[in-house]
Amino acid sequence: MTPQAMGPPDASGRFGDFGGRFVPEALMPACQELEQAFRTAWADPGFHDEFTQVLAQFGGRPTPVTPLERLSDHLGLRVFAKREDLAHTGSHKLNNVVGQALLTRRMGKTRIIAETGAGQHGVATATAAARFGLDCTVFMGEVDTVRQELNVFRMELLGATVVPVRSGSRTLKDAVNEALREWVTCVDDTHYCLGSVMGPHPFPWMVREFQSVIGIEAAAQLRALGVEDPDVVVACVGGGSNAAGVFAGFADGPSRLVGVEARGGSAVAFGAPGVLHGMRSLLLQDDHGQITEAESISAGLDYPGIGPEHAHLAAVGRAEYYPVGDEEVIDALRLLSELEGIIPALETAHAIAWLTREAGQGVPHGATVLVNLSGRGDKDVAQVRQILREGHD
Amino acid sequence: MTELEARLRALRPRHRAFVPYLMAGASPRWLDHLDALVAAGADAIEVGLPFSDPMMDGPVIQEAALRALAAGTTLETVAHALGARDLGVPLIAMTYYNVLYHLGLERAATVLAAAGIGGAIVPDLPLEELAPWHEASAAAGLATVLLVAPSTPRERAAQLARASEGFVYATARMAVTGRSEEAGDAPRVVAAVRAAVDTPVYVGIGISTPAQAAAAVQFADGAIVGSTLVAQVLADDDPASLEIAASTFRAAIG
Repeated sequence: MTPQAMGPPDASGRFGDFGGRFVPEALMPACQELEQAFRTAWADPGFHDEFTQVLAQFGGRPTPVTPLERLSDHLGLRVFAKREDLAHTGSHKLNNVVGQALLTRRMGKTRIIAETGAGQHGVATATAAARFGLDCTVFMGEVDTVRQELNVFRMELLGATVVPVRSGSRTLKDAVNEALREWVTCVDDTHYCLGSVMGPHPFPWMVREFQSVIGIEAAAQLRALGVEDPDVVVACVGGGSNAAGVFAGFADGPSRLVGVEARGGSAVAFGAPGVLHGMRSLLLQDDHGQITEAESISAGLDYPGIGPEHAHLAAVGRAEYYPVGDEEVIDALRLLSELEGIIPALETAHAIAWLTREAGQGVPHGATVLVNLSGRGDKDVAQVRQILREGHD
Repeated sequence: MTELEARLRALRPRHRAFVPYLMAGASPRWLDHLDALVAAGADAIEVGLPFSDPMMDGPVIQEAALRALAAGTTLETVAHALGARDLGVPLIAMTYYNVLYHLGLERAATVLAAAGIGGAIVPDLPLEELAPWHEASAAAGLATVLLVAPSTPRERAAQLARASEGFVYATARMAVTGRSEEAGDAPRVVAAVRAAVDTPVYVGIGISTPAQAAAAVQFADGAIVGSTLVAQVLADDDPASLEIAASTFRAAIG
């Protein structure tokens, strides 16, 4: 049997050289408990049934695969989109959160905390908390609470408490720090619902497994459309959960797997190995190992690291990662809106931007491409309007 | 036995240890602050090396780290500033793993040891991930101090206590560094450590008043005082003020 390209991590939580569990002693028992709970649940058909049922009845799964005909004509490619933007709460984030909320209940905990960047994971967490009757606190960088004001209100409507984080760069990485600090004080009754394929073991593995529904569904849906293996599978990457989820459905086949990072937050292009937020991965850092601030138009990709499995897939050459700049992203967002009637999230527009740039070049004409349309752009409309107005001044 | 542990064990018959924490580089006068802590009767000093993302630290030490980083403080500038200065009390570096990792574990351990530092506390480096650093620290003669938390199961506490060098850091509360009114779980944590080893056990995390320090040394070998003294330095960097504040802890510990 061929080894799986995206199999489980080793006993220390590593994918190759990356991953592990670098947490303070106070959090070790909680991480161990979570790993045990996840292993048990994931081996239990009853858990899978419940997970699938909630994603179907509450989450709107399966999300469709849409042939993007006008974009295909425009780029000279055959482009299909996996429509995570049509999932409840408007992005792929709900998949992971439903899984973790079910686990929280299994562990007998009554409260969840989460970090959020763009607010998508925060909204998804607040949504699942409401659905499952859990208390919920979301940590969000102060800068992001301004950029994504509506999402703050959305979380509050859902009954969550949003805590603006004023430490460090006041963005996603600081929200993670603050959530970890909070978790230390309340591990007995609280689960930390981490939003991406990052952090200490078992999070990178567990979150990828919960998100793998994207790739598994998409592979079957493409087959039904007569596409056995797309030439390219492309997704945006901050921490990398939507990319990991869609890659998981194709990693053992011949498709090129492409992750697209924000230029100012590109840990693969500009980072070095290091340890942050409980994991060994590629991180943006200075000459002294101080983590540097990611800078991106998109709050959801404003993270100076990348999930450890992505660092591993990059190291072994199974996936490729490329940066794109903010301007290309705005152009891509407009292109998809005008040609397909889909306003993508700024994060998602990174994947479109790369595809637009590489069509006919790195991606030859006629190639079949699956784009993971990870989220919808409603949350970004005000910001994009402001950027376009300033651009025209 | 590491040199740090030998020095800390030697204190024990005489009195309980007072171990203040100071963030290197948070003030331009930080070397004077070290002297002030010695003058106030510190038995050992934890020297913080700043990291951009200190996940075990509360707002006071976060602020101190930001100031230190803004002033260009690095592991190597701290080592250089300390030089071969003999303060007469052991110094223990406290930092996060990436600072050591990025410099190279062997180089980091060597540089710290050459600066007269006797041990290291790396709160985001758990026992399971310790081996590479421990190899480097042991080769350089540095003690690696491990933390035991209130959430640590008893068997694991024994394992950590046996692996800890210099002393065992018993955390009083499930919290990050910072001030607290609560007494915490320190007696239970210290008892779990004592059941396994004879190494000195110091209580830290949440000791913010002299009375709390006095209570801690009723059952522990020493008390670690961080945020309260760091807050003092951030508010007023006159070494004399720090010496007065530190002296009240010394007096309470006895």
